[in-house]
Amino acid sequence: MRRRSKFNLNPKHWLIIGLIICISLIVISFRFNEYLYPVRNVVGSAISPMQKGINIVGSYISDGLDTLSSMKELTQENKKLKDQVSVLSYENKLLLQNKYELDELRELYQLDQKYLDYPKVAARIIDKDTNNWYNVFTIDKGTRDGLAVDMNVLAGNGLVGIITECYYNHSKVRAIIDDKSAVWGMFLKTSDTCVVQGDLKLIEEGKIHVQFISKDAEVEDGYEIVTAHTSPKFLQGILIGYVSDIKLDSNNMTKTAYLTPVVDFERLSEVLIITELKEPLIKELPEEASSIE
Amino acid sequence: MKRAIIYFVEIIICFVLQSSLYPFISLARVMPNLLLILVVSHAYMRGRTTGMLIGFFSGLLVDIIFGNVIGLYAMILLLIGYLVGYAHKIYSRDDFTLPLVFIALADFAYQFLYYVFEFLLRGKLDFIYYFRRLILPEIIYTVAVSTVLYKLLHTINHALDRNEFKED
Repeated sequence: MRRRSKFNLNPKHWLIIGLIICISLIVISFRFNEYLYPVRNVVGSAISPMQKGINIVGSYISDGLDTLSSMKELTQENKKLKDQVSVLSYENKLLLQNKYELDELRELYQLDQKYLDYPKVAARIIDKDTNNWYNVFTIDKGTRDGLAVDMNVLAGNGLVGIITECYYNHSKVRAIIDDKSAVWGMFLKTSDTCVVQGDLKLIEEGKIHVQFISKDAEVEDGYEIVTAHTSPKFLQGILIGYVSDIKLDSNNMTKTAYLTPVVDFERLSEVLIITELKEPLIKELPEEASSIE
Repeated sequence: MKRAIIYFVEIIICFVLQSSLYPFISLARVMPNLLLILVVSHAYMRGRTTGMLIGFFSGLLVDIIFGNVIGLYAMILLLIGYLVGYAHKIYSRDDFTLPLVFIALADFAYQFLYYVFEFLLRGKLDFIYYFRRLILPEIIYTVAVSTVLYKLLHTINHALDRNEFKED
């Protein structure tokens, strides 16, 4: 460092050098984005353990504070919950019996159990994009754990988003509430398709836009929207949320509405990733049969 | 050399804190822009060249980890570092209010450019809404945090200065 400053370059020249580097980097990343993948992978792999560590410390501290403040409440609650457990476990047994029966019946009808059967992997959210404009977050699993780009991310029983970038030990997920996200949706009851489009303005109210509902669709507030069969990347039948405020557009051809997602994006800390990709459309039989995977 | 290592550590710490402490430090859905505070305060304390270098490397880190286009934020932060570096001429060791003004101005510029590149170009024209909802809260929060952080960075810088003076 010090040797360089002995050249005694004028700050103006430094500025020009810096700007040239930046602009050429921008051009490079537009033209040859795939070559930058290893760079991102290495830097990300170095940073993400640190983020994970900080995250663990942070949650440890906040958990500790929470424990102190609510010790009394917890003991009371514990008592109540224990009673509840015994009741629920009995009910659970009954339900299990029903489930076995249902399974048998389903087999008889040869019904596919939709997304209950997809293989899933759990992951923890370790950080969020450093600015306030987007809803892109990082999870602590990557290609090492069998993840890949375009895998669907769930939490609880609803759709969270999709993996946009996947590295060795971490991946990035774009949430469906993100301003740039758009998902093909479908009304479960009527099979009308629509587009679920994230909007920064609506995040505060906890809602998402739903657009391009057919004018003739007989839909009402409170209907469930699931991912559609037409979506190229999302597996079919994953619950997104419930629709409300359906309105006819001014163009008199489509309807728009708002959607309340089933996932609570404010308090998301763990997610499930479906490790199965929607099968791509292949026009011709590939040369090597083994590469279909 | 010692200085370079300390700058590097400062950049990494600010970046990691900002990105992973999000759920614990965010207020009203915004978080302070620690890297910007770092760039502006060093540009103010040390001048244009240092401001540019720190701006370039911290912007590059953000680009590599989060950005779609490598170089964009490096360029924005580099320019901010360079422009604020002019203020080094009126640098005074006891003044703790002037840097806050620079930080507020720089944060506005940063957010505004962000809005232009990422939202305006996609046809989202409601600037007033985004200003009220994101830019203004972030400026306020960033300035509030920088009252503490600037003092800390200033102390580190002062200690480094004295150390170098002794060595010479």
